[in-house]
Amino acid sequence: MKNKIYFDHSATTPVLPEVAEEMNRYYIDEWGNPSSLYQTGQSVKIKVDEARAKVADAIGADPKEIVFSGSGTEADNYAIKGAYRAKLKKGNHIICFGLEHPAVIEPCKYLEKKEGAEVTYVYPDKTGVLDSDAIEEAITDKTILITVMMANNVIGTIQPIKEISKIARDHKITFHTDAVQAVGNIKVDVDELGIDLLSMSAHKFHGPKGVGALYVRKGMSLNTLIHGGSQERGRRSGTENVAGIIGLSRALEIANKEIDFKKEHLSRLRDRVVKGVLDNIPDVSYIGDTKKRLPGNACFSFKYIEGESLVLHLDMAGIATSSGSACSSKSLEPSHVLLGIGMSAVEAHGSLRVTLGRSSTEEEVDEFLEVLPGVVDRLRQMSPFNAEKEEEYLDETEDHNIAHEHPDQHFSAES
Amino acid sequence: MYSEKVMDHFSNPRNVGEIEDADGVGQVGNPVCGDVMKLTIKVEKDQILEAKFKTFGCGAAVATSSIITEIVKGKSIDEALEISNAAIAEALDGLPPQKMHCSNLAADALHLAVDDYLVKNGMEPRANKPSHEEEDHEEEQID
Repeated sequence: MKNKIYFDHSATTPVLPEVAEEMNRYYIDEWGNPSSLYQTGQSVKIKVDEARAKVADAIGADPKEIVFSGSGTEADNYAIKGAYRAKLKKGNHIICFGLEHPAVIEPCKYLEKKEGAEVTYVYPDKTGVLDSDAIEEAITDKTILITVMMANNVIGTIQPIKEISKIARDHKITFHTDAVQAVGNIKVDVDELGIDLLSMSAHKFHGPKGVGALYVRKGMSLNTLIHGGSQERGRRSGTENVAGIIGLSRALEIANKEIDFKKEHLSRLRDRVVKGVLDNIPDVSYIGDTKKRLPGNACFSFKYIEGESLVLHLDMAGIATSSGSACSSKSLEPSHVLLGIGMSAVEAHGSLRVTLGRSSTEEEVDEFLEVLPGVVDRLRQMSPFNAEKEEEYLDETEDHNIAHEHPDQHFSAES
Repeated sequence: MYSEKVMDHFSNPRNVGEIEDADGVGQVGNPVCGDVMKLTIKVEKDQILEAKFKTFGCGAAVATSSIITEIVKGKSIDEALEISNAAIAEALDGLPPQKMHCSNLAADALHLAVDDYLVKNGMEPRANKPSHEEEDHEEEQID
């Protein structure tokens, strides 16, 4: 069953019908293996090469610099583990932005735990924008990799990639950016931005799930993760996900053509969401930077209520959204992104993320704005907290209950 | 993720509120952890006549609070002390595993409310230890 209104485009996006149609051909008619020498295979190889050229063109790269992968997560893993292992002779220090997606943080932690890496996590101010000086200060003579996401998945903040990559280049350090939320939504040019490694994921820009790509600057050596039949010029073995690759390239081509439209359309709708929420609901704050932000992202924190309940109520009203509350995560920890910009756990529990997409409409926004105040009010009526019990609500020191202890579960993102 | 019963209690919670001249009050949880329940009970001749709740928390927290106010109605103090968090989860046709820890606190709140009633009436508290205990969180080792 589908939600009537889908406001969770940072989680995933629907495949465009024209993309799905084109992909279908590669399941049914052009099903050959691109590695085969005969026509059935070679004709498909040509199409994969064309797709590679399209993707390269979309980010200002050369086709040889594009490696297709099974997901954005795989692209991130390949970039981080691959760069670390290839450069280990020069040093073992990685600088990782504290608000990265788990697809970046977890490989860093893995390298710390298993392969002797030292990782410095750098944090931004409360808007979520990283000060490039923090990167400069973290550099040591052992630093071999800096990884900073282009746009954040929770609060939509866009980072000063050009400034950071310049610092990396001045120190001859490899620079990776997880651009999964950015590609297809904002203009990305790898040369202009000085990027060495860039990850993307098709399903974030109306392509299929299960396919991503890593841009690898010419001359950059990476240790291969997946060995086998030497597909992708030996950098990622495994028979090509042809339909997926075709889908990714076609979806990106369309997304890039729509960037100006989306910037205008989504910013306007987003601003309507923000104004509507802040004007009509008391005790709510808008999270993140107001300007350096993805056009379709709005993120709020509602006092005295919990985000999962908010998401469930909106879902019952047919509206799909998400929250960074502990209860809505598998880890039972509030979003490390929200804690990482200095929010308290209670503020993070009350968070709601709305991410709009190309087909979002003003009518949908208005319906959301009509439903939300009632839902918030209902949950507040049910809450043991209110402005009069502010102190108790904000008390982070005392554990009110002997039976309810979660040692080491919170603030782990900062430790 | 949630059973129909959980969603029923979440979307139509029973007995929301606070009993004004409550005979017993029990509050458990911590807003930092994301779940806080406050349960108030009306007791007459060692029998619970009414229970109301206020909860800050997720779907499971709301549903467990709601169902316990129904279950406990008409129960004796002895019977109320027998109710466990596990029994509440079972009455809701189960909770997702990750919710068994944090959000399944309703019986603890009830036991505290009963103790509060007992102490207020010059008796010894009897719940002593809430039934909700941290089990060792066995995490799968992934290399």
